[in-house]
Amino acid sequence: MIIQHPLLGPRDAAEFTYMGDAKLIDRPDWQSETAAQDFYAYGYLRDNPAGWHKELWFHEAGDRSWLVVTRNTVTHEISEVALARDVARARGRSK
Amino acid sequence: MRYSGFKVIKEALTGHKGWQPAWREPEPQSHYDYVIIGGGGHGLAAAYYLAKEYKQKRIAVIEKGWIGGGNVGRNTTIIRSNYLLDGNEPFYEFSLKLWEGLEQDLNYNAMISQRGILNLIHSDAQRDAFIRRGNAMILNGADAEMLTTKQIKARYPFLNTNDARFPIQGGLAQHRGGTVRHDAVAWGYARGADSNGVDIIQNCEVTGFRIENGKCLGVETSRGFIGATKVGCAVAGSSGRLMAKAEMRLPIESHVLQAFVSEGLKPVLPGVITFGAGHFYVSQSDKGGLVFGGDLDGYNSYAQRGNLPTVEDVCEGGMAIFPAFGRARLLRMWGGIMDMSMDGSPIIDRTHIDGLYFNGGWCYGGFKATPASGFCFAHLLANDAPHPTATAYRFDRFQKGLMIDEKGMGNQPNLH
Amino acid sequence: MTQRNRLASGGQINRDETLKFMFDGKSYQGHAGDTLASALLANGVRLMGRSFKYHRPRGVLTAGSEEPNALVELRGGSRQEPNTRATTAELYHGLLAKSQNRLGSLRFDLLSINDRLSNFLTAGFYYKTFMWPAAFWEKLYEPVIRHAAGLGSLSLKDDPDVYDKGFLHCDLLIIGAGPAGLAAALTAGRAGADVIIADEDFRMGGRLNSETFALGDNSGADWAAATVAELQSLSNVRVMPRTTIIGAFDHGIYGAVERISDHLKTPQEGKPRQILWRIYTRQTILAGGATERPIAFENNDRPGIMLASALRTYANRFAVAADRRVAIFTNNDDGHRTASDLHAKGVKISAVVDVRADAPRSLDYEVLHGEVIDTKGRLGLTFAEVRLADGSTRTLECGALGLSGGWNPNVHLTCHQRGRPTWNDDLAAFVPGSDLPAGMTVAGAANGDMSTTGALQGGRNAALSVLDLDNAPLDLPAAEDAPVVIKPFWYVEGCSRAWLDQQNDVTVKDVKLSHQEGFRSVEHLKRYTTLGMATDQGKTSNMGGLAIMAELAGKSIPEVGTTIFRPPYTPTAIGAFGGRHRGQEFHPTRLTPSHKWATEQGAEFVEVGNWLRAQWFPRAGEKTWRESVDREVLATRASVGVCDVTTLGKVDVQGTDAADFLNKIYCNGFAKLAVGKTRYGLMLREDGIAMDDGTAARLAEDHFVVTTTTANALPVYRHMEFVRQCLFPDMDVQLISTTEAWAQYAVAGPNSRRVLEKIVDQDISNDAFPFMACANITVCGGLRARLFRISFSGELAYEIAVPTEYGDALMRRIMQAGAEFDITPYGTEALGVMRIEKGHAAGNELNGTTTAQNLGMGRMVSKKKDSIGSTLSEREGLNRDDDLRQVGIKPVNPEKAVPAGAHLMAMGGPVDAAHDQGYVTSACYSPNLGHAIALGFLKNGSERMGERMRLVSPLTNVETEVEIVSAHFIDPEGERLRA
Repeated sequence: MIIQHPLLGPRDAAEFTYMGDAKLIDRPDWQSETAAQDFYAYGYLRDNPAGWHKELWFHEAGDRSWLVVTRNTVTHEISEVALARDVARARGRSK
Repeated sequence: MRYSGFKVIKEALTGHKGWQPAWREPEPQSHYDYVIIGGGGHGLAAAYYLAKEYKQKRIAVIEKGWIGGGNVGRNTTIIRSNYLLDGNEPFYEFSLKLWEGLEQDLNYNAMISQRGILNLIHSDAQRDAFIRRGNAMILNGADAEMLTTKQIKARYPFLNTNDARFPIQGGLAQHRGGTVRHDAVAWGYARGADSNGVDIIQNCEVTGFRIENGKCLGVETSRGFIGATKVGCAVAGSSGRLMAKAEMRLPIESHVLQAFVSEGLKPVLPGVITFGAGHFYVSQSDKGGLVFGGDLDGYNSYAQRGNLPTVEDVCEGGMAIFPAFGRARLLRMWGGIMDMSMDGSPIIDRTHIDGLYFNGGWCYGGFKATPASGFCFAHLLANDAPHPTATAYRFDRFQKGLMIDEKGMGNQPNLH
Repeated sequence: MTQRNRLASGGQINRDETLKFMFDGKSYQGHAGDTLASALLANGVRLMGRSFKYHRPRGVLTAGSEEPNALVELRGGSRQEPNTRATTAELYHGLLAKSQNRLGSLRFDLLSINDRLSNFLTAGFYYKTFMWPAAFWEKLYEPVIRHAAGLGSLSLKDDPDVYDKGFLHCDLLIIGAGPAGLAAALTAGRAGADVIIADEDFRMGGRLNSETFALGDNSGADWAAATVAELQSLSNVRVMPRTTIIGAFDHGIYGAVERISDHLKTPQEGKPRQILWRIYTRQTILAGGATERPIAFENNDRPGIMLASALRTYANRFAVAADRRVAIFTNNDDGHRTASDLHAKGVKISAVVDVRADAPRSLDYEVLHGEVIDTKGRLGLTFAEVRLADGSTRTLECGALGLSGGWNPNVHLTCHQRGRPTWNDDLAAFVPGSDLPAGMTVAGAANGDMSTTGALQGGRNAALSVLDLDNAPLDLPAAEDAPVVIKPFWYVEGCSRAWLDQQNDVTVKDVKLSHQEGFRSVEHLKRYTTLGMATDQGKTSNMGGLAIMAELAGKSIPEVGTTIFRPPYTPTAIGAFGGRHRGQEFHPTRLTPSHKWATEQGAEFVEVGNWLRAQWFPRAGEKTWRESVDREVLATRASVGVCDVTTLGKVDVQGTDAADFLNKIYCNGFAKLAVGKTRYGLMLREDGIAMDDGTAARLAEDHFVVTTTTANALPVYRHMEFVRQCLFPDMDVQLISTTEAWAQYAVAGPNSRRVLEKIVDQDISNDAFPFMACANITVCGGLRARLFRISFSGELAYEIAVPTEYGDALMRRIMQAGAEFDITPYGTEALGVMRIEKGHAAGNELNGTTTAQNLGMGRMVSKKKDSIGSTLSEREGLNRDDDLRQVGIKPVNPEKAVPAGAHLMAMGGPVDAAHDQGYVTSACYSPNLGHAIALGFLKNGSERMGERMRLVSPLTNVETEVEIVSAHFIDPEGERLRA
């Protein structure tokens, strides 16, 4: 597979290490009343779709960026690649 | 119809006119006591044991395509019970014992061959871990033996012990492990289930569950609604897709695992050998093909195919320990969908929906579990209580912190 | 007579170059340009192999890579290649080949008894028998079956050849160099595109080399040669003969194997045998041609019976008549071409048998309306029996019989991404479907354009279309444009032992039995009968099986469907996939900065991941490793020792939020750590399990140096970047792995300060530089360095780091400075002994299932802050009362060992899994205590100090009585550390 790195252009997927669903960005609030349940769902439950999937790839043999790759799990087609940092900010994460 | 050598001879002499279909092709009935979704090894085995061991009636297995077309039809055929943890080892040892009597039980030769499995050791830390594992196996009533490099070399004289990057320092053997003719497992269970009255319904896709007031009443299918008192799901790689129809999120990701077979070769490998430091394991089939594999590709996939870097990684591992394999040719590569769970161990449990039961999360190790998985799922379906060897395979273990993590990799499925 | 079937003229062989070769010990001659198969046929050798199951005599069926029958063991010694297709093996001088899969000689194969028993050995018979008694399967039946099965043999000697890997990039990859591929390449090449054209054959041109018709004023072969020459002259075109595209992978990546040396006796010095290429292309034109298919009838598998197109190839390209008397059996016009070509070359045509009443007639030979219903000839065809349309029969004398059942487009690569082909009634064949791999276009016969004109135009148009060119039309030569005229015909009514899969011995009868027994899905058929599972992946056999299945099921062929074509297109040497990653080159070897120095000291090394580390430093007179290790430990604890710890992961953490960041990744607090201080940190995974441990040293308000274990250097760094980029993207913090940037040594022992005082430029007295201090310093009069007063051994100890390029020099300087204290270099074994003596957890304890509680560090997990893993670490299952706790273990009898991996059982209680109390993680002999010691995990262990237990290791036949003690065997109060 080839991943269109937003900074570096097309790179072979073999340069990357895969982690999983990009929802891992949405780490729950530890002080919430429902923190125990939230962290369980965050840590263990997955949508695991057959189709489009936003997922985290780390450019381990490259520039060490974490990327959010939108990829179809049935065809392996990739439609979008973004820096995970930008995605995280857009989802409201900061410090 | 009973199979036997005499029957084979008799049919040969009378034009093979007497062979009957191995299973019927019934039309689905409107209601069953049990509907099992998934005509793979686990689903067929569950139906067989439900009927035969638990004396249940009115059972159907419904299958989207053709039976045995999932992972039981595309695996590397290994059976073993060399597990470490208490939650696992009794279950897999139960499975191995069922394998040992399976052909006579089913009256079907699945070519169960206890040719032994060997895990190579390359470091002191690995040795310590394998001693702990071997002891756990023996303490659970399984067999295990520590072999020296010399003993291994006697069995595999062409193993690379000259210039290996990671010198071989021995191995943990389980002599009762081995291989099975994988398709025959599905066919044998299907034939056995059918002759015990189970309806096997192929080309019948589940499109939804009918759930009312928290109770599952049956399944909507491409061939109409089929009512059921209890519905069991055993669809391996399709678990995520199927259970989403019941609005369940699972502690499972679907990944692709590739496997490979070489052209047929005269016998060179007596048993199964695994090279953990190099992501490679191999055995030789009765037809002569080297059957081998390695790691997952690593990304979520339902594509049933993988990519070249993993092919190369696996073959590099093969060449590292067996440099004589260089001139054997890889004949075919294929990929299956692995229902990778969050701790690398399976789930056989009730769901929160009354009447709906789940069997899945087998990762890449479901084949060897087929008999026990079917047996334990049948037990659960019939009794609403887990089988004694499968009490740990609960959904809520993640919530409670009772993971069964053989590899210690944590909640990242592609690392198991 | 040599080469008695060689035609007097013609062919693309070099008659001036005669090559000698051996087959089954007999010497023959052929010419340059021959394949092994063509050369054998030229010499009148039709029998080349035996089938898999019945050991039936086999000759060539084809003239290409789809060959199921003529498989040989090529070459000898360590280069022996089993299952090599004689039809693609290029002849070279001195070629050696043996027939395979026989017991006895090829002519008198003792296992051909199976053929007599074939009525018992039908599809799936083995599933129904061999079950009694149970133990006999492994002991008797299976060994017999295994021995009879398999095809060729491996030499079991290490493959002596080298395989390379490479990467290629292009705008357009063209697969196949027949008329369509060449026209596409010429169009794209002249337009300046970056083009790769690959063909599996050693001579490019595809069918043009096998036909006699003209392209314009030239022969097809000459046009192909001229076109290839022009393409080779273009700098933007890479022409790759002998190169098989094995698979279409994601995103326009194709696997290719180029056979650099397989046409030579041995590779040239410095050259690989083969190269595995990964080709990255924007667009692909698949012009892989088509494969003719045979027709099934009784005994249709004798040597001499082959595809009609193969007969033509042998005659036209190789100037070989498979026999001097040939018959043809066809259902389409193409079969007649073979007859007319062979007739023109003086070969006697016994007859052309056509199933069609309206078949073309010929003045040159007889055309019969009928079917071939049986053949004769034990080791090679002698007669064919024909049933004519009027019901009468005729016997044709012939040594070769050409079969033409129509052509299947080579759609394989279109299916590698699970695309499905579609049925074309006009061709009676599957053609590529619409769900092609992204970027792929199909042209020529592969796309169902079966005429030469159709192929040329299809290739040109495909190139124009994919490159978006519209104003560069290529003038194509005039060529034949015959339509496909075919009547679908798969098998002769009433036949039984009629072969579909000639390698695996699957007959029409087997397919019918499979259907009778309920194996009616096409996949069940394949798996039950093994149809199409041979080394040719069913290229010539699948269609016949599908057609019969369709008929039995009362369905059309497309309704029955197809099995899935999988990569590789043709079987590919495992060595090619392995490349150079074998032997010592399997994985890279990482060397520490003191490696050269350690080698000089005679160190023994050990693999730690990809690192090589000094394990111990033997001295003269030491007979066992233990003697060396004991000495190193005692000397370190008595005076001073030095150890290379560079392999520990190091991560530089900088930024105003650096302390907050560490607070997130460690479960214990770091915000209040003073500048100039170091703290032990325990890192949890998000699931609350211990991930790694190490130290974090605060060199400045906004600058920390974090260490990790050797094994986890990479995953920890990745995890830290995840936390930084994905969870806290606005923290002002930057990370960089500096593991390779700094050489780091542990200097440990009561004299360590005195040694370092001679090297370090600053004051490092206990007051100035107390336990857990850290600082940027200089050494040796100005070299920048870092000093940490941390201790893994439990002694007064330091870790000192310098830029890697000074690592070797620093080690030598430390040894020099320490000489007066008898400084002792120590390796990983002594390091391990000292950390066990001190009770420090390491990899064996941090095994991915242990919690902070298990390690006795439960109280370290701060409840006052949010850190990775803190919430999930509170789950009940991770906080049970009877949880495992790390303990020390010692033998009651000091002579006994306490092996790692042993399990702990209560005294007097049962020994089984249900009563398992815990296990030993790390063990060693403590030279300081004079007996074995160990660390382990024990249920409720912290409450069980002093308890006697049984340590059992049934695997290694050990049972020992042990006592549970504190894990801190040495200096539990930590006085030495602070000295």
